[in-house]
Amino acid sequence: MSGTILSMRDLSVSFDGFKAVDGLDLVVERNELRCVIGPNGAGKTTLLDMVCGKTKPTRGSIIFKTLELTRMGEYEITRAGVGRKFQNPSVYEDLTVLENLEISYPEQRGVIGSLFFRRTATLRLRIDEVADQVYLRDYLDIKAGLLSHGQKQWLEIGMLLMQEPELMLLDEPVAGMSPREREQTAALLKKIAPGRCLMVIEHDMAFVKMIAHKVTVLHQGKLLAEGSMAEIQKDERVIDVYLGH
Amino acid sequence: MLRTGNRFGILSIVVLAILLLAILPNVLDPFRLNLVSKYLVFAVVGVGIVLVWGYAGILSLGQGIFFGLGGYLMAMFLKLEASAPELPDFMVWSSTEALPWWWVPYHSLAVTLISIVVLPTALAFVLSYAVFRKRVSGVYFAIITLALALTMTVLLVGQQGYTGGANGITDFKTLAGMSIISDDGKLILYFVQVLMLMAVMGVATLIVKSRVGKILIAIRDREDRVRFSGYDTALFKAFIFTVGALFASIGGALYSVQVGLITPTLVGAVASIELVIYVAVGGRMSIIGAVYGALLVGWAKSMISENFPTIWLFFIGGLFIGITMFLPAGLAGLFARFGRTPPARSAVLAASLKEPVK
Repeated sequence: MSGTILSMRDLSVSFDGFKAVDGLDLVVERNELRCVIGPNGAGKTTLLDMVCGKTKPTRGSIIFKTLELTRMGEYEITRAGVGRKFQNPSVYEDLTVLENLEISYPEQRGVIGSLFFRRTATLRLRIDEVADQVYLRDYLDIKAGLLSHGQKQWLEIGMLLMQEPELMLLDEPVAGMSPREREQTAALLKKIAPGRCLMVIEHDMAFVKMIAHKVTVLHQGKLLAEGSMAEIQKDERVIDVYLGH
Repeated sequence: MLRTGNRFGILSIVVLAILLLAILPNVLDPFRLNLVSKYLVFAVVGVGIVLVWGYAGILSLGQGIFFGLGGYLMAMFLKLEASAPELPDFMVWSSTEALPWWWVPYHSLAVTLISIVVLPTALAFVLSYAVFRKRVSGVYFAIITLALALTMTVLLVGQQGYTGGANGITDFKTLAGMSIISDDGKLILYFVQVLMLMAVMGVATLIVKSRVGKILIAIRDREDRVRFSGYDTALFKAFIFTVGALFASIGGALYSVQVGLITPTLVGAVASIELVIYVAVGGRMSIIGAVYGALLVGWAKSMISENFPTIWLFFIGGLFIGITMFLPAGLAGLFARFGRTPPARSAVLAASLKEPVK
């Protein structure tokens, strides 16, 4: 299965006159693991914020499958199949790992449904399976606030997996991780990529090299270059504004 | 850890049930027992505040609005019953000549009871959903509710001919023919009060234990994340705020019956803040804590106002400061420290000693 899953056209947003993203055109295919790199302030996080509905663009469109995301609320975008992991791990610290995963299960998300929600055997199996994938099987009954930084990152990825998203947006998934945790995370992302599409923002070039199919370089809110990692590393402009530093 | 917590929770509910159903009715005289009924009225409201403030993190300084709605609706029925077939006395004094049309339905107990449930919840839902959809929360929401509580007081005091003004509505004698001022009547009302409290606690526990309870905690800690888990958080917040309003309204209705009057002071800002203090003392995350908080502070209020009437407000102010500084989890937090076996950290250690899964 291939084809376009996400396409942005002339996407722009400005904050008090500052153009964080400026006339961006970007297309992402199904089954793709796309990395977005660029210097600080290039508009990478803002880009993800606009896709998941956190920030509304001032101009342009974002089409996910057939849906125009710029007109939808955050929870509607999530329900349509877009998952977002934030830069600072955002997990529910007062709930256990198990409860964190359970809340993310994409069923009965209304008030009444949640009131009468019961944990079924299928759900329990799914939770165990995801916990295994994100290396947290032994931590299910522990409050998420007690996990290490790297484990919280994994838990948040696990929460996304529970949602079964077709498009996953990951903002610096290996920030604050040890080298060994980085390897484990790379393996994890490669394992979960088939069948969906991942967009990853990352600063760590070694990590990007490990996982990326295709790399997009942003600079001052504009598209600077796009291509394979090898092509990007040879690109003069990219070396100039980013890799050279 | 969880199991010990549960056993401790069940134990404290059994203790409360024995205290309320067996001990207090036997050792207290009818006057004191009626005071306990009054404290338990505030406990009913407090349970709602635990849900709204403790779980969902929405601080409302206007629970008095819903308390007042329930209280006044009940009082309208009681007053009409007490003055039938004449016009209620305060209307006569204010030269209101005929019963206003919106008073007429409250000749019926059924209409009154339905109104006590429907009107405050409808108001709470419409109001809070509109506000939460606009992403107004925290201090700003607290200020909105506070302002509404003040407005409501002004409205009640100003419309003397319809509401009894500053004196409120008083002088009830019977509820559907049963005396509510005799000792026997008060004893029956006490048990009704305890049963209503138990019912409200039961409903609150079911909500907290359901997935809604977990989503509320998640909303309190990280509301934006919950939106990205696919939930309409404004709807969940409006739902729990509505439940809190319902409990406050039920409490207000019971107050009118138990105490025999309702006045604008019980509706206003100070009364609303006092309700929050009851819960802070008991523990904002503990349903049973709210009940003990209401009993203890209510009892302290009676004792202090009887003996040193001038210092009550200083006392409650000092209590609130003390609790927030030294006991942020309230009395329930104090008890939990004794009731809990080793903290969760040891479990993390145990788990981390195992080799991570490859």
